[in-house]
Amino acid sequence: MKALAAAAVALALLIALALLAPQWLVFMAMLALAKGVVVLGLVVLMRTGLVSFGQGLYFGIGAYAAALLSHQWHIADAAVMLLAAAAAGGLIAALLGLLLARYRDIFFAMLSLALSMILYGLLVKSAALGSTDGFNLHARTFFGMAFASGMERRVFLIAGSACAVVAALMVHRLLGRHWGRLASAVRDNELRVSYLGASPYRVVYVNYLIAGALAGFGGALAALAVGHVDPETTYWTTSGEFVFIAILGGTQSIIAPFVAAAIFEALRTIASQYAPNVWQMSLGLAMLAIIMFQPAGLWSLAERWRRSA
Amino acid sequence: MSNILPVAFDGIAYGSWLFLMSAGLTLIYGVMRILNVAHGSLYALGAYAACSFASAWLNGGLPAAGSFGMLLLAAIVVGGLVGPLLERGLLQWMYGKDEVVLVLITYAVFLIMEDVIKLVWGVDSLLLPEPYALPGNFSLGGLAYPAYNLLLIGMALVTGLALVWALYRTRQGKLLLAVIHDREMSMAMGINVSRFYLATFTVGATLAALGGALTAPTVAVTPGIGVEVIVLAFAVVVIGGLGSLGGAALGALLVGLVRSATVRYWPEAELFSIYAVMAIVLIARPKGLFAAQEARKI
Repeated sequence: MKALAAAAVALALLIALALLAPQWLVFMAMLALAKGVVVLGLVVLMRTGLVSFGQGLYFGIGAYAAALLSHQWHIADAAVMLLAAAAAGGLIAALLGLLLARYRDIFFAMLSLALSMILYGLLVKSAALGSTDGFNLHARTFFGMAFASGMERRVFLIAGSACAVVAALMVHRLLGRHWGRLASAVRDNELRVSYLGASPYRVVYVNYLIAGALAGFGGALAALAVGHVDPETTYWTTSGEFVFIAILGGTQSIIAPFVAAAIFEALRTIASQYAPNVWQMSLGLAMLAIIMFQPAGLWSLAERWRRSA
Repeated sequence: MSNILPVAFDGIAYGSWLFLMSAGLTLIYGVMRILNVAHGSLYALGAYAACSFASAWLNGGLPAAGSFGMLLLAAIVVGGLVGPLLERGLLQWMYGKDEVVLVLITYAVFLIMEDVIKLVWGVDSLLLPEPYALPGNFSLGGLAYPAYNLLLIGMALVTGLALVWALYRTRQGKLLLAVIHDREMSMAMGINVSRFYLATFTVGATLAALGGALTAPTVAVTPGIGVEVIVLAFAVVVIGGLGSLGGAALGALLVGLVRSATVRYWPEAELFSIYAVMAIVLIARPKGLFAAQEARKI
């Protein structure tokens, strides 16, 4: 019940933001939300102890799926785009997961990195998809409804928020039950999990699938915000960014990814304005500080404060 | 035949360069269990330092052939300064953490160094064409080739042989093998493990800087040159098996040949082919070609 109330409050706040905020803030919120959804998926995966350095693969697939819909087939409906992107991400993850779910630790990280770099290698060389430049996409309607220009993005933000909140609620439900405990057990000691009769492979596979679908959705949302896709979405630095946000927030809460993504986007906007040459350095320093002093992420600060209050 | 020879030569030259990069990476992983993302920044630092050193040398009106010495000096200075700085200042506090966490820590270092490079050398690209053009060309199957590539191949051979000799033929090398095999047991036997960690990291850092310094004359040195190199070196090391020197050599050769063949016959697939090889190897042999099997622990 508490989770439902929190979800309702979050959704109400996001809708208010979408309707009242200036355009630049709506844009930023969309990007933050998109990354938050991707990181939510990554957190689901990290619950099983696996860190993917290749979530850019699904982020890119989602973005390109949305863009191709508009570009090749002239389907300019945002709802179709978002759903198709999540489906595309989930589908590819269902395929690759068959393979990846057998890998652990650093090998999982490296193989997922290799797969995302394969897509990058394909995209930069495919002239039909604009090579390194990528191409633009236009979404004009939502479930067939057309909006005045300027309103489009606000509507997309509301739609994205609704989907994100529902997704977060579902993940919360899933992780709070049997499945979540099983995931932590796989992280702690896989062999014992199989001795107890559960399949670690299945846990990893399903969590990987969830992460893939969420990343695909996030990719489409980001593409809708920017109105452009390029191969950079699948590059390893993009995947690294997701891992950074996940570490920043911590993996113990499903709200943390969104808060961390919002902080990240806000800081990046400020930094690119005032200090473009030390932006990466501040990221690196922040990451070191969190790993050393706050390994459970910023969320653990909030948690502690709540307990002492 | 006339096609195969240049492709093979290109592949071997590229593979040599890759080996210089990945030998240090695999050595550091083998000893310290750190998959060092900051290897890419050491490569970039080496390239930038090489530009500065060699330009200073050439601007001083000294004989141009000496610029090669400057490339080597740059690598040694960068490796000798930054390597110990990183190991003593940061990494030595991190041993025993999870391997993935160590990747993240070195990733953070990588991000920091990217900006440090920008702050020191600026954001414009640097050019250093002299050492590349100096050895002239030689002809192979009717095609002119820069002799600089021969230097690269020679350098990789020398480095590889020196590493093998140092590891298997010297007292210190054998002690290091003991550390790799069982860290705690060798500590109990009185080996100063932390000194070996420092030495390994410094050697690895120097190799990365050497890779960068030798590349500096062939490309425009710009911010972000380490970004692509690091994932390439990862691919090579993972193909060979993490921690295996022979694996790194074979992986580098394999990736070099595959790349030069695809560039020749199917240029669109250049990047794709490299990572496809990595994925195929990992699918067939999940721990790489030469990795030792580990017992499952309950």
